[in-house]
Amino acid sequence: MAKQILLKNIEVPGLASFGVYRQLGGYSAVEKALANYTPDQVTNEVTRSGLRGRGGAGFPAGMKWGFIDKKTENPRYFVCNFDESEPGTFKDRHIGQLNPHQLIEGMILGSYALGAKTSYIYIRGELFYVLRIIEKAIDEAYKNGFLGNNILGSGFSLDLYCQPGAGAYICGEETALLESLEGKRGNPRIKPPFPAVVGLYGCPTVVNNVETIAALPWIINNGGEAYAEIGIGNSKGTKLISACGHINKPGVYEIELGLPVEEFIYSDQYCGGIRNGNKLKAVVAGGSSVPILPANLILKTAAGETRFMSYESLSEGGFQTGTMLGSGGFIVMDETACIVKNLLTFAKFYHHESCGQCSPCREGTGWMEKILHRIESGHGTMKDIDLLVDISKHIEGNTICPLGDAAAWPVASAIRHFREEFEEHVKLQKCPF
Amino acid sequence: MQSKPNITEFNTETLDLINRIINRYPEGRQKSALLPVLHIAQAENSGWLSSETMNYVASLLDIQPIEVYEVASFYSMFNLQPVGNCVIEVCHTGPCWLNGADEILAHFESRLGIKVGETTPDGKFTIKTVECLAACGNAPVIQVGTEYHEKLTTQKADELLSKWQSENKISHTNPYL
Amino acid sequence: MPLLKVTIDNIEVEVEAGTTIMNAARKIGGSVVPPAMCYYSKLEGSGGKCRTCLVKVAKGSSKDTRPMPKLVASCRTLVQDGMVVENRTSPEVMENRRAITEFLLLNHPLDCPVCDQAGECHLQDLSYEHGLEETRTEEDRRTFEPVDIGELIKLHMNRCILCYRCVMVADQITDKRVHGVLGRGDHSEISTQIAKAVDNDFSGNMIDVCPVGALTDKTFRFKSRVWFTKPFDAHRGCTKCGGKTVLWMKGDEVLRVTGRKDKYGELEEFICNSCRFEHKETADWVIEGARNIERHSVISQNHYEKLDLPENAVEGK
Repeated sequence: MAKQILLKNIEVPGLASFGVYRQLGGYSAVEKALANYTPDQVTNEVTRSGLRGRGGAGFPAGMKWGFIDKKTENPRYFVCNFDESEPGTFKDRHIGQLNPHQLIEGMILGSYALGAKTSYIYIRGELFYVLRIIEKAIDEAYKNGFLGNNILGSGFSLDLYCQPGAGAYICGEETALLESLEGKRGNPRIKPPFPAVVGLYGCPTVVNNVETIAALPWIINNGGEAYAEIGIGNSKGTKLISACGHINKPGVYEIELGLPVEEFIYSDQYCGGIRNGNKLKAVVAGGSSVPILPANLILKTAAGETRFMSYESLSEGGFQTGTMLGSGGFIVMDETACIVKNLLTFAKFYHHESCGQCSPCREGTGWMEKILHRIESGHGTMKDIDLLVDISKHIEGNTICPLGDAAAWPVASAIRHFREEFEEHVKLQKCPF
Repeated sequence: MQSKPNITEFNTETLDLINRIINRYPEGRQKSALLPVLHIAQAENSGWLSSETMNYVASLLDIQPIEVYEVASFYSMFNLQPVGNCVIEVCHTGPCWLNGADEILAHFESRLGIKVGETTPDGKFTIKTVECLAACGNAPVIQVGTEYHEKLTTQKADELLSKWQSENKISHTNPYL
Repeated sequence: MPLLKVTIDNIEVEVEAGTTIMNAARKIGGSVVPPAMCYYSKLEGSGGKCRTCLVKVAKGSSKDTRPMPKLVASCRTLVQDGMVVENRTSPEVMENRRAITEFLLLNHPLDCPVCDQAGECHLQDLSYEHGLEETRTEEDRRTFEPVDIGELIKLHMNRCILCYRCVMVADQITDKRVHGVLGRGDHSEISTQIAKAVDNDFSGNMIDVCPVGALTDKTFRFKSRVWFTKPFDAHRGCTKCGGKTVLWMKGDEVLRVTGRKDKYGELEEFICNSCRFEHKETADWVIEGARNIERHSVISQNHYEKLDLPENAVEGK
């Protein structure tokens, strides 16, 4: 059994209540940090742990904290990115719904380290029922002295609030999230400046993903070094993988980074193999935006080496033959899945979610969807396939925020690895599935 | 459809809730309350935001009406046209599609005799498609108000429909309560 | 403060710290200046959106000589000392500018023959210089009906490229903004939501900042092609604005009044609606003389000027 840091107690009945969480040792990291650590020492532990941002980008969390501008007189903010919306990703909901106090404890630790006196959890509006669970947990934390004025007599005070979104994937981009939190349209900001200098209300701000924040209590309790001992290479610790699609056991799994992909897919401890004994066809390993890989390349690298669930191993081979760990949204397709139709749903998604601010993404995402729609419904031409590649190439890297890349990569990779399937749609003038 | 609702005043209980929300932000940053307040306003206004309701929200937050329109029209959870009492939102993104979302959607359409985006003549149901609801492990998934219904089958859909029919389901309830 | 040295298309220039690549290029002038469809130096926060001014930073600075990994928006990227920028000389930049132009035209109606902006349209210039000669899309274009966004301004949303300039004018020049960008993605539109008039002493500036024919002057609508009118600098004593304008005349008739634009198409000063819409007699004005339109547009030349390209410039398109 892999080391369980985030999901250790997830099945304990009543875990969402303060009493049960506390009984299981909850909030001990806050007690430890406030009594024994300076804010910088907390940051140091996080840096030592090698924890990387779990929202998808994988940026070292300690380094991100280190960028926060502590020279200004302005207040500083710590914001939790709970805008989980990347297709295939449903790990944060698991924590928020079942173990909200773990998230709150992480928020207190992060706020203390960064010197934030007010912090927000921005949660997608569709998950209002989870927002209510978290707000209830926040109330309990206030009543028990872990939030509010002078927490545990330490002199550190913190107010923590939940903020709902209202249906916009783009708000998972941290500067769009901050705009949204300010009550505006979710248009990503043009960077620099970065939020660590100019963030919420123009003040220094750090935005971290739910899973990143939920790992903080364990890191403080056990030390950054203990966390860094888990995992492989620069992929330290454990990672939540939300597995879905054509597998026997969809769900949220905590793995030690470095687990072989094949074991993750076929072991009964995890996905339990492909449904109905079917053949594995393709995997989107890190949420809809990362390149899709055919069965042979997800199980082994192009060089024939075992592929592991880690940042480095999954990206082995670059975009030609590799992919990314991303958010850990693991979408599995068996032989019955039409790659073109699946891609069309993704293209529709990115078109729908483009904020419309910059022209390559605003215009290009809709164009790709329309062409894919034609191909899938039997009206495409061979030229359309090349046109798709060309459009994706000119969106990629040319947009204000990463949504453009996220829209381009699935298209480019699907055609790279499954070109015959696109051509078959064109030749048959219909979807062969 | 019945006459269009146009709430331009909240009761004191709702106003108290809104004031508590406004207090979460620094002074002068009351615009931050816009999304929460629009959620509440939409619930109070039978599931949609009329221009009049949005103007009222603007006055509550001391901002220009255009700032409210810009925001309300950006976020997909806000309806700028009237909807039925019970809005059924069917996820149709990749993972849900892989697990039969098309069939679920077609089933709702045929059972209710309407297409996506339409409302039944009695004003009881509206069907919408939505993008990924982040519950892909339990696909296919639908959302009704703040409830998720997961691992949907046509049989389960039928059970839900009969239940909603008999209890005159209203999906637009204040999400904070 | 010491000046920063930056090289753009092999031409060196010294600028103050805090200068963007775009403005450094403007200091050099000529064809090394990237095209700007959304950036507007007089509007705070403008730029970064249209992506036509993307350039390649081949060397970050003398301290950090690495190239930047992606093309950058020259209007929003600050110059560093020792930075080396490629605009016209980079095949990658020209290739992507071709693509950006195509994106901007994807849902554009290409109705130049009936558009009042034709002849002074930045999108027209951009497509002439950087666009493909063929259209690669066969999809339906998104369409909107033209509307009156106020008594004196016509909005053709089909032509809009969502530069946000008119929104910034309303925010920064007028006392109250009643229009904005509604909707999301490629369904975004400039609108007032409810048929509400943009009615403000300075609202006419929205027309002048619009790079395309999305916002046009209703008092000039279909009166003449701009290249058949003659521009004259003129002024009048005005209590609301500086009163310095350009009269667009045909014979003795004043067909249109606009603000004075520099060679980048930017207004030198914003003018009031009274000057723009209500003073259409030559007697209202002191005429200073013919205005030289510096832009390489058809108004001044009746044909497009050939650009004086920098050394090592690559072919676009």
